[in-house]
Amino acid sequence: MNLETHYLGLQLAHPLVASSSPLTGDIDGILRLEDAGISAIVLHSLFEEQIIAESRHLHHHLEFASESYGEALSYAPELEDYNRGPDGYLELIETARRRTKIPIIASLNGVTPQGWSDYAGRIEEAGAHALELNLYFIPADVEVDGRAIEQQYEEVVLEVRAQTRLPLAVKLCPYFSSVPNVAHTLVEAGADGLVLFNRFYQSDFDLETLEVAPRISLSDPAEFRLPLTWTGILYGCIEADFAITTGVHGYEELLKGVMAGARVTMMASALLRDGLETIDKTVRATRDWMEKHEYESIEQMRGSLSQKHSATPSAFVRPNYMQTLQSWRPDPALGHS
Amino acid sequence: MVLSYDVAGTQIRAIDGNEAAAHVAYRVSEVIGIYPITPASPMGEHADAWSSRGIPNLWGATPQVMEMQSEGGAAGALHGALQAGALATTFTASQGLLLMLPNLYKIAGELTSTVFHIAARSLAAQALSIFGDHSDVMVTRASGWGMLFANSVQEVMDMALIAHASTLRSRVPFLHVFDGFRTSHEIQDIEILSDDVLRALIDCDAIHAHRERSLSPDHPVIRGTAQNPDTFFQSRESVNPFYRATPEIVQETMDQLASLVGRQYHLFDYTGDPEAERVIVLMGSGCGAVEDTVRYLNGKGEKVGVLKVRLFRPFSVRHCIEALPPGVRHLAVLDRTKEPGSAGEPLYQDILTAVVESGMNTKVFGGRYGLSSKEFHPGMIKAVFDELKSESPRNHFTIGIVDDVSHTSLDFDPSMMIERDSVTRAVFWGLGSDGTVGANKNSIKIIAEYTANHTQAYFVYDSKKSGARTVSHLRFGPERIKSTYLIQAANFVAVHQFNFLERYDPLAMAAPGATVLLNCRYDAGSVWERLPSRAQKQILERGLRLFVIDAYSLAQEHHLSMRINTIMQTCFFELCDVMEKETGLEAIRQSIRDTYGKRGSTIVNDNIGAVDSTLERLQEVDTSGVSMGGPEPASLIPEDTPQFVKEVTGPLLRGEGDLLPVSAFPPDGTYPVGTARWEKRNISHSIPEWEPDLCIQCGKCVLVCPHAVIRAKLCSPGEVADAPDGFKRASARWHDLPGQVFTIQVAPEDCTGCQLCVEVCPAKDKSRSNRKALNMISKSELLEEQKVKWDFFQTLPNLNRGDGTGAKLDASRIRDVQLLPPLFEFSGACAGCGETPYLKLLTQLFGDRMVVANATGCSSIYGGNLPTTPWSENDAGRGPAWSNSLFEDNAEFGLGMRLAIDSQRSYSEILLRQIGPELDEALVKEILQADQSSEELISRQRERVARLKDQLHQVEGTKEVDDLLAVADTLVRRSVWIVGGDGWAYDIGYGGLDHVLAGSHDVNVLVLDTEVYSNTGGQASKSTSLGAVAKFASSGKSTPKKDLGRLAMSYGHVYVARVAMGANDAQTLRAFREAEAYKGPSLIIAYSQCIAHGIDMSKGMGQQKLAVDSGHWMLFRYHPGRAEEGENPLQIDCKPPKIKLEEYLYSENRYSQLLRSDPDTAAALLERARSDNERRRADYEALATKVTEESPS
Repeated sequence: MNLETHYLGLQLAHPLVASSSPLTGDIDGILRLEDAGISAIVLHSLFEEQIIAESRHLHHHLEFASESYGEALSYAPELEDYNRGPDGYLELIETARRRTKIPIIASLNGVTPQGWSDYAGRIEEAGAHALELNLYFIPADVEVDGRAIEQQYEEVVLEVRAQTRLPLAVKLCPYFSSVPNVAHTLVEAGADGLVLFNRFYQSDFDLETLEVAPRISLSDPAEFRLPLTWTGILYGCIEADFAITTGVHGYEELLKGVMAGARVTMMASALLRDGLETIDKTVRATRDWMEKHEYESIEQMRGSLSQKHSATPSAFVRPNYMQTLQSWRPDPALGHS
Repeated sequence: MVLSYDVAGTQIRAIDGNEAAAHVAYRVSEVIGIYPITPASPMGEHADAWSSRGIPNLWGATPQVMEMQSEGGAAGALHGALQAGALATTFTASQGLLLMLPNLYKIAGELTSTVFHIAARSLAAQALSIFGDHSDVMVTRASGWGMLFANSVQEVMDMALIAHASTLRSRVPFLHVFDGFRTSHEIQDIEILSDDVLRALIDCDAIHAHRERSLSPDHPVIRGTAQNPDTFFQSRESVNPFYRATPEIVQETMDQLASLVGRQYHLFDYTGDPEAERVIVLMGSGCGAVEDTVRYLNGKGEKVGVLKVRLFRPFSVRHCIEALPPGVRHLAVLDRTKEPGSAGEPLYQDILTAVVESGMNTKVFGGRYGLSSKEFHPGMIKAVFDELKSESPRNHFTIGIVDDVSHTSLDFDPSMMIERDSVTRAVFWGLGSDGTVGANKNSIKIIAEYTANHTQAYFVYDSKKSGARTVSHLRFGPERIKSTYLIQAANFVAVHQFNFLERYDPLAMAAPGATVLLNCRYDAGSVWERLPSRAQKQILERGLRLFVIDAYSLAQEHHLSMRINTIMQTCFFELCDVMEKETGLEAIRQSIRDTYGKRGSTIVNDNIGAVDSTLERLQEVDTSGVSMGGPEPASLIPEDTPQFVKEVTGPLLRGEGDLLPVSAFPPDGTYPVGTARWEKRNISHSIPEWEPDLCIQCGKCVLVCPHAVIRAKLCSPGEVADAPDGFKRASARWHDLPGQVFTIQVAPEDCTGCQLCVEVCPAKDKSRSNRKALNMISKSELLEEQKVKWDFFQTLPNLNRGDGTGAKLDASRIRDVQLLPPLFEFSGACAGCGETPYLKLLTQLFGDRMVVANATGCSSIYGGNLPTTPWSENDAGRGPAWSNSLFEDNAEFGLGMRLAIDSQRSYSEILLRQIGPELDEALVKEILQADQSSEELISRQRERVARLKDQLHQVEGTKEVDDLLAVADTLVRRSVWIVGGDGWAYDIGYGGLDHVLAGSHDVNVLVLDTEVYSNTGGQASKSTSLGAVAKFASSGKSTPKKDLGRLAMSYGHVYVARVAMGANDAQTLRAFREAEAYKGPSLIIAYSQCIAHGIDMSKGMGQQKLAVDSGHWMLFRYHPGRAEEGENPLQIDCKPPKIKLEEYLYSENRYSQLLRSDPDTAAALLERARSDNERRRADYEALATKVTEESPS
């Protein structure tokens, strides 16, 4: 039984990768994940916007009210260093590379052209095996059209590609008029892999305070079907390594993802909710299923249910939607009449 | 970051006096005891910072720097360190030096080598002053310490070394003295003494001898014995040889230094005409001004000179007399101190003795000058020389003031100018928050580094903490600058805030032809007509060139908020033409990289971006053909002010305090209250606007306002019938008071724009959640309209808890209490201050019968720093009576007030019983038996006492009647409040506080706990929490916060509460009322957000809630009365933590700073803090339940 897979040119023991999450934010978590049997790790994202905001925040508070009152010319000691910027992140890459044997994939979210390219270069120098670009931007401006956003994404990939030789994956959101076209454009610009999909942190409202309260919630297995669908459609149409990263909670999603064409499936919510033993359970269950169904390798099943290789390619498009609607029946347990 | 460059192997740096002293002291010391006090704090801060970075001393070891609980503690620790053989030093000033006095005698009596570095400062007498004079060091002159004075920043570095070297050789300890602020905070380019020079002067054999004298069990001795009449006197005389030898040792050390660095000093240095007949003798920074003036007068042919005294103790008569020119006829000895009742001030007395003992035919005259950094400029100095010309000059004169009471003062010409044309003089009027001072410090360092100029920078700060004004004085030129006085005629005047032209007169400093740079929203084409007429006149008459730039807009474009420092700095370099343009720009860029580099490239890029965009925005105003006609400058105070405000406060506010004569001032430091209301500061661009339709009339906005600028009132519809148009009101939601009208109004000219009220407002528009019942709006368009409304609002009647409508209020409800007039209003505290809302609440509850003892600190500064005070009085003329004694004695001070009140009340009762038969017996009985447990009952007692006094006026005036009239007011219950910060309560004043709490007297202690020394700039106190970064704890405080409440609770009879208004205002109110009602000692510890926390101050109340919700700040009340009733005295008033501790901690820069700097340490300290909080919570919960279980059900 061969569970090995290749993703971004990296050889992995199996297709279950730790997605970017708080678990991948420090060396302790990374070591625990490796011990638990994960095949590769995507680090938490380096957010350029956060670095900028933190720098300005620090500067503001160190300067605030200083040099204005004779008895107190400042209110905080000036420390030797503030570990501001990407230094801590780069140190994490170096430490993770030194102390683990599994591939370490860095993740970057920039806001300025300089930030994307500079940080990509420094991430490569720090020793990351690959880089995932976390293209995370909420276009709230009515003056900005979709094409402009897509161009912006393309430019980012071009800039980073020019800066680094690292294998490059792009983590996308699903909200494009034409996902295939965007995916194609980004791969043409230099992306080696596509990670489907990014989950926007969606707003929530606090009814007591009447305030908008951004809230992070763990994914649900039902969310898996969106990346599954698009991976199935894109596999074979676009020459890229695919990764599914939303809704992967167990062996079933892993198998389905591979069958849709993914080289890896990425897990975060299940690990946060159920613990790291989920990794071993998932890998074992995958192996068991494959044995039971007499599969020899992961490679053997990759893309087997993609649109290209499916017996019913039309199931990926609208007729499937109609059938699904028509097949819906009320749940008797809920008392619908 | 300090810039430096080398000249022929010598390191030149532009630094201030404090750093110069600390540099030497640190290099040659092993143990350093510190405690913050202005203006010496920076020396300790430097030492602590260097130590925490592991910077070694001369011998490769890192000095141990220990913050103590007081200067007395620092001196004690130093004494011990010295006895144990260490090279030890400390830094202090003023009251701190006084606290060291007992140890000074001990250290000198034991002939112990050490140096204390003193930034000399006034002593608190009729008032506290943070500024410089020699009052403090002169108090120590009998202690047996050597006293070596430095007159400039270079001399500070040199004399520091001479003192350290001399003390080791002589065994006489030394005070190294330099003037507070004028020298401690003045920046000059100086030569840094190298380690080689330090090693050459510090005698290793003397160090070994010092160590050999130390206490060691290997060669035991005892020291510090008690002696009797048979021995003490002889022992005291045994030290004489050491004192006789010391002057020569110091001179030899000076000579040795001169041989190494070329700067030759003498114990007494004379400068001037060798044949001078008139000589001024003085010490300290004033020497520079006199030397400058002597040079000028010598150039005019006057035979004058100056004798600079460097070694004041031990005083060498021989060296003094030998230094004087032989033909001197008249000496004027100037003392920067005052000894009331003495035959003369100290230096005068010594010089007089020297002259008389040496048989010179010279007359000596004494004078006082420069107290509390009073200006001392050439016009004054010439007046002294002129006085010496007369055959019989006046003795015991003053110079620099107008003394119309004792007529001691000499007249002088304030306009006399002696500065050389080669010196460029620049003055900058900045707003405290705009970075002006920081930019000027950088500028002067750049000029020192990149040009051949000598430099000087001095900064004048405001006494206000919010909206403060700074004035920077920069000089540079080819010769060393000795002008130790403010610039009078500047070549360059920068005004960084347009309204300074309206409020002050900055252009009065502009020399003819000077360049003026103005930051304003107006461009070159539109600014002229908006300039005040006074400024227009000055510009035209003096031929000033005017440039404008909209620096605020540019700053905002580059994410610099209101910090226009680098923008204005760039303009200055362009306009002052000190160096080639691109060199100057690159120097500024490099300075930005050096200063801000470690804060991230974003900050560097933001600032450099602004610099690179500046010059294209700088515009010159064409003043050819313009006409006058600008607006008249607004008056700083209204017309209808009390006489004292008009005649004294007004000039002080206008910056004309120097012109007020002695007679204007109360001789005992007693001032009227309620004067802050007359000072219309207009420091905010936005104010809150009230929406009556949304308001739920909860009173929270009024409660949290730090400046009492937002007020609520209830009144009848008839009372608002004639309200101005647009005056907002709503039907009052008080069921017990039907038909009333409720209104909220903001004092538009007093609001600081802190937004606490808006943040705390819970009422939101149901259709637009971003609209609350209070919203910030731009002030400029609405100012006049709002002023009219505020004036009308003030005419509406105030409620009084004791009577009328006020008596119907429920004092347990915030919304009711917030209808009461605050008697603490419009303070100069920081915008968003967390302390002042508590004080204001106190005055609303008990203000008309409060006496306040206030520890030195923030609250004494915003409460009692002239020119105005926020402590106020009500319509009946009653209000808090307030006083500040010291930092260290406040609990005792307040207890004394209680004792006085109680004794007078007892005496009143005795007299009442004695005289009773002559009076209305029923009235007397009622007074003696009065229940005063509520405000209404107290009000009735007040009425009775008023009737009593009426009757006393009508009966025959016996001694008893007169006595009773004098003390009868104490028959009305008075409330004593002891107020201060955590520096006082946890550290320097803890011993006294503990003693007062241990007693049974009815005093109420309010600790405004900011968890840091706020007033002196954020040094750690024992209230500082684990993991917080503070000065003296820059690696994160590694020990837990002291649990002051628990310590007080351990007595069992002390009422204790811990409160946080932003988390639970009802609990705060309950605690205040319970504490005041409790007839024994009470302690309230109040969480107070502070700018030292590194937070958005508009969110201060939210931070309080986070502190409570995270378990950092537990709310509780411990009421001994409950135990008497069989209940548990302890009640915990908050639930267990419901958010993670880090959610609170890392929302404040004082914690997150460490997280960024040292994440591992931060994580470890966070874990310890969490564990410590859990332990404390468990302890308190155990206490809160244990007794209950044991109590009868």
